[in-house]
Amino acid sequence: MTHHLRELCRGIEPPSQRDSGAKRAEVALPGSAVALLPDGHSRIQSALNPAGVEAAGIENLFWWMVAGTTVVWLGVMALTWHSVRTHPESFNRRREAFIIVGCGAILPTVVLSILLVFGLSALPGLVAPAPSGSLKVVVSGEMWWWRVRYEPAEGQPIILANEIHLPVGEPVQFLLESDNVIHSFWIPSLAGKMDLIPGRTTRLAVTPTKTGLFRGVCAEYCGTSHALMKFDVVVEEKEEFNRWLAHQATPAAPPDNPLAQRGEKQFLANGCGACHTVRGTNAAGVVGPDLTHLGSRLSIAAASWPNDSAHLRRWIADSDKIKPGAYMPKFDMLRSDDVNAMAVYLKGLK
Amino acid sequence: MSQTAEQHQSLWLLTASPSIWAAHFVLCYASAAIWCEKFAGLGGSLTAVRLAIVVYSVVALTGIGIVGWIGCGRHRFGDAELPHNADTPEDRHRFLGFATLLLSALSGVAVLFVSLVALFFGECY
Ligand code: HEC
Ligand SMILES: [Cu+2]
Repeated sequence: MTHHLRELCRGIEPPSQRDSGAKRAEVALPGSAVALLPDGHSRIQSALNPAGVEAAGIENLFWWMVAGTTVVWLGVMALTWHSVRTHPESFNRRREAFIIVGCGAILPTVVLSILLVFGLSALPGLVAPAPSGSLKVVVSGEMWWWRVRYEPAEGQPIILANEIHLPVGEPVQFLLESDNVIHSFWIPSLAGKMDLIPGRTTRLAVTPTKTGLFRGVCAEYCGTSHALMKFDVVVEEKEEFNRWLAHQATPAAPPDNPLAQRGEKQFLANGCGACHTVRGTNAAGVVGPDLTHLGSRLSIAAASWPNDSAHLRRWIADSDKIKPGAYMPKFDMLRSDDVNAMAVYLKGLK
Repeated sequence: MSQTAEQHQSLWLLTASPSIWAAHFVLCYASAAIWCEKFAGLGGSLTAVRLAIVVYSVVALTGIGIVGWIGCGRHRFGDAELPHNADTPEDRHRFLGFATLLLSALSGVAVLFVSLVALFFGECY
């Protein structure tokens, strides 16, 4: 196991960084976004750093829970202290019965009742559907990545992967699906968790209140690379979001330099198109993530690794080392300059 | 006296209240699930289920109350005081009665907690 982990970390280092300790630590950090972000990065995945209406409600509930359970804990500790300190001579049956029943039964019941009522009163709001006409995003859990489908009020649905952009201040309706195993969709800074259950569509309404970059994760063990099943969430101003979505809807621009052109040829010649779609080319596979605008994404392989040509190269040649069990064959039989050309081509798909 | 103890050393009554609590929970859960899935649909009204839960709860609390009452009677059997820890059939009888009473209190609170949900949800989600 340790050996495997070491292999995993070594596998990911670009050769030029082999002997730089500082760089190695940074590159080996699973969680590309952390390495990519200039500052304030440590709290992109914190439920205690709410940036949405739903997450704020949950944070509020959390602190009430902490307060309530602290009261219960203090009660139990006081009882313990009292029972140790009491002298048998001064034992008073009535007083002891009062303490046991009061602190041991009535106090916890009252505190739990208050917390339960408080929690239940928050629930309908958390599970309520977003108002009709809200932006609809269908997310399918795959092993081990996220298929994302924007369904604008008018026009064609837009199929993307592993990155979700949201306009700030507007409710969004997520519709969650899976055709394999159970996953759970969780953006701690924006809302609570919701499971993706084969054969059902579950719903989650989210209203982001702050712009910024956040991270979502799969929160239900779903197989070998479950821990590497993440996604980036970008909350931005409405105009910026509209621009982004309009761009994502367009087909890929043809590559404009010889290396990338060679990469495109190799991509189509090596069968990548059987699993991947690059709109505007013959590649129309749906097994793996849509790659039409891969170059514009913040990370690759479900927010596991930085999106640069070094990591793209490693991913294509050795996907299984970067992400154990990944359902993408490794293409280590290809010439490394062909792999490099494909990496450059994919990185250029802005 | 030994005749009474003979009759009442059974553990069955002890399990009655928690069983009522469990049955109440399953009934509430199943009613809501089947109603929403087969009849009301997403966003449909839960009124019928809420009424059913009120009825289940009244029945369950009555049952638990009766069990608790019987338990209390056994706890008070004769004139011994707590704790009922003497190695005699009578004290075992009182001890089981007292435990039945406490479990009934717990089950009653639990039934109320379960039915509280009906207060907050008006439609199928
Ligand atoms: C058998 C199907 C299959 C083939 C063939 C295939 N891939 Fe993949 N690919 C996948 C799957 C599945 C994933 C998602 C893996 C994961 O993240 O768990 C993936 C992920 C990727 C990603 C990361 C995408 C993202 O959103 O981060 C890139 C880049 C990629 N593949 C490139 C290629 C290239 C280049 C080829 C051809 C040399 C290729 N793939 C061939 C199935 C395939
Ligand atoms: Cu998963």
